[in-house]
Amino acid sequence: MGKDKDAIKPLATGDRTIPPEGARMIPIYIMGREYQVPETLTVMKAVEYAGYRYVRGCGCRGGICGACATFYRFVGDYKLRAGLACQTVVGPGMIIVQLPFFPANRPDYDLENIDEGALHEELRRLYPEVFKCVGCGTCTRTCPMDIDVMDYIALMKRGDLKGAAQKSFDCVMCGLCTSRCPAQISQFTAAMFVRRLCGKYLMPKAEHLAKRVEEVKSGRYEKMLKDLTEMSEEDVKKLYVEREREPDMAEPGTWLPEDKEHL
Amino acid sequence: MSGYTREFKELIKRVEATRPARVEKARRGEHFPALTMSQRKEWLSAYHPDYKSEGRRAVAVGPSKGQVLPEEVAVLLESRSLLDPDRVSLDEADYETDVLVIGGGGAGTAAALAAEEAGAKVLLSTKLRHGDSNTVMAEGGIQCADQEGDSPYFHYLDVIGGGHFTNKPDLVAALANDAPLIIHWLEGLGMMFDKLPGGRMKVRHGGGTSRKRMHSAGDMTGAEIMRVIRDESRNRTEKIKVLEFSPAVELLTDGSGGVAGAVLYNIETKEYYVVRAKAVVIATGGFGRLHIQGFPTTNHYGATADGIVMAYRAGVELQDLDSTQYHPTGAVYPEQNVGLLITEKVRGLGAQLLNIDGEEFCFPLEPRDVESSCILRECLEVGKGIPTPTGRVGVWLDSPMIDILHGEGTVRKELPAKYIQFKRYDIDISKEPMLVFPTLHYQNGGLSINERCETTLKGLYAAGEVSGGVHGRNRLMGNSLLDVLVFGRRAGSGAAEYAKSLKQSPAPTLEHVRAFHRELEGAGIEDPVTGPVLLPDYAPEHVKKRQWD
Repeated sequence: MGKDKDAIKPLATGDRTIPPEGARMIPIYIMGREYQVPETLTVMKAVEYAGYRYVRGCGCRGGICGACATFYRFVGDYKLRAGLACQTVVGPGMIIVQLPFFPANRPDYDLENIDEGALHEELRRLYPEVFKCVGCGTCTRTCPMDIDVMDYIALMKRGDLKGAAQKSFDCVMCGLCTSRCPAQISQFTAAMFVRRLCGKYLMPKAEHLAKRVEEVKSGRYEKMLKDLTEMSEEDVKKLYVEREREPDMAEPGTWLPEDKEHL
Repeated sequence: MSGYTREFKELIKRVEATRPARVEKARRGEHFPALTMSQRKEWLSAYHPDYKSEGRRAVAVGPSKGQVLPEEVAVLLESRSLLDPDRVSLDEADYETDVLVIGGGGAGTAAALAAEEAGAKVLLSTKLRHGDSNTVMAEGGIQCADQEGDSPYFHYLDVIGGGHFTNKPDLVAALANDAPLIIHWLEGLGMMFDKLPGGRMKVRHGGGTSRKRMHSAGDMTGAEIMRVIRDESRNRTEKIKVLEFSPAVELLTDGSGGVAGAVLYNIETKEYYVVRAKAVVIATGGFGRLHIQGFPTTNHYGATADGIVMAYRAGVELQDLDSTQYHPTGAVYPEQNVGLLITEKVRGLGAQLLNIDGEEFCFPLEPRDVESSCILRECLEVGKGIPTPTGRVGVWLDSPMIDILHGEGTVRKELPAKYIQFKRYDIDISKEPMLVFPTLHYQNGGLSINERCETTLKGLYAAGEVSGGVHGRNRLMGNSLLDVLVFGRRAGSGAAEYAKSLKQSPAPTLEHVRAFHRELEGAGIEDPVTGPVLLPDYAPEHVKKRQWD
């Protein structure tokens, strides 16, 4: 036991990145000021290595929440690049800034009270600027999730809301696209609206779910669940061990257990 | 980045050498034998961090005095307030509300929506942005018994069996019963579930399930849930006000066993705000960023157990807080991905765990706590882990088996986010195995609640990862997203109803803090830290040396 305690501690470094042996120190510029950091760190870890403690600009640290939207250039290179700080590895001469926030247009709406037959009109009413897209493609080039943003805007313009919803699905709502759009479109908030329209009005409803909801509301499972809560541990264990398992390959909705008493 | 080093590529050859035989066995349905019940118990006691005496001690004060908890948690439960009660004026409230929700993740947002629907005026305060949470990172799916061959009865059995029968039965019944209502609610809010062409929900098995009931939205189920319910709360700005970057730092009590609101701290302007509320919902999530035993974590930046610290000081009892879930497969290479969650789905699709010789050493689908123990044993006692260039150790997770078993392209289709997260570093997980090691993942226990989410403090409700009892001492995949929404809504409705029963919010006091500080002194706690910590401290030594203040 003593052996693993010593073994675990050095391996368990919390969130600290250990650079490999022989890693060089490279210069990066955090908002213009030079810092020497070991190569192989992500921008986020490099910024913390330099001594910054994040308040804004840091969220899930795993590439899904969009908090760490980052712009950068390399010294000597005119190209403006964008990415997520937690997913982008630093390179020598990187000049970095993060977007702590970006104002996006987001009008309120009542999803329940939208005319199902006039969804495109509703989009036009709430986000008329979508229709002013000039097709420059900057948004697509900027997106850190490899989404073809210009394309989903084009689908929105054409009225293919389902297509736009599917195409924008991987969006982490970082706002980088919106910050760069010359037509002042807030792509990611328009896409959020369109995805909800799609989920509610354009995708077919799950009928088996609606049926189960009625059953739950009628109290169908109340007694059998109450009985379970009052059972001895021995009896529950027995039920647990003996319960049937749906085969992995069964088509959803086709398999039924032998014990139908509790369905 | 150039993928695996030459040394790794040599070791991977051993994996490739054993693979054909292993695949044949898998096709025949043969598995490495699972541990017997008594072997499970033995290995858990020997290798699982929860069972070690090092790094754990009895907490010296408060309602759960004497309970043995991880050191990092015990230290915070014995902390002093950030506030000095004698220098804080509670005479004027900066905000008055019916329901105060502390925490802006899945549970907090669900609570705010439910409270608003019940007619309450809601203030939601959150430490970072609205939506910054563990909810947003959950990927595996959300469980619900909505198929014809399933029912809440079987869901109940799966939950309580997975929790080793230590769960609170009423909470399990609530979780299983309410699940269909929640999924239906999400569908009505416009969530894009994975569905078959006619509208039927696509469902899968998870660890410990007897029915296929894992619902999903691509491989970002939690992110989709969070952005949908957050967007809905933004449509209700008249009744739901959100204060970002304003964590609560202390609860306010009414001097007679009830809650009266909280003190918030604006991290940016460094102002404190007094919030008077008739009811409070705590939904502050987990404790991964405390890095128990130094483990890396899958949790978001703000997971520092703030709600537990504040509620404990106010006398709220704990349930199973000593039980921590380590996800068996956190990435351990490349260094940039250390701690990243590699979903259980990978093993569900057939990938096996292998040691440095390319040999199996355990059944790949043991319950998470048992699986983690197996990996820790193989690396630290048997000594057959694979070392990394940065001094870490891991075992192989043989993901290339997935395409061989299910057809080329399966990995890219079923695990698109994981595929990208490794491709970035020139590792193609459909052709090369991943290197994994247990990572700190979930707070199984927390504040004690009943099925109405009431805590032992009147008017204080708790929901989500911050609470205990729902999952017992081991949570199943897909039940955490369900937990935050079922109990988030229950807490919100309960808080709204309670608020209606009061004419006005009680006069606030910090007397409970004074009493707690006296208890700390009485227990002889030398040099207590202040808590909650709010944000982890990742400043390296060379920086700290130069920070003279």
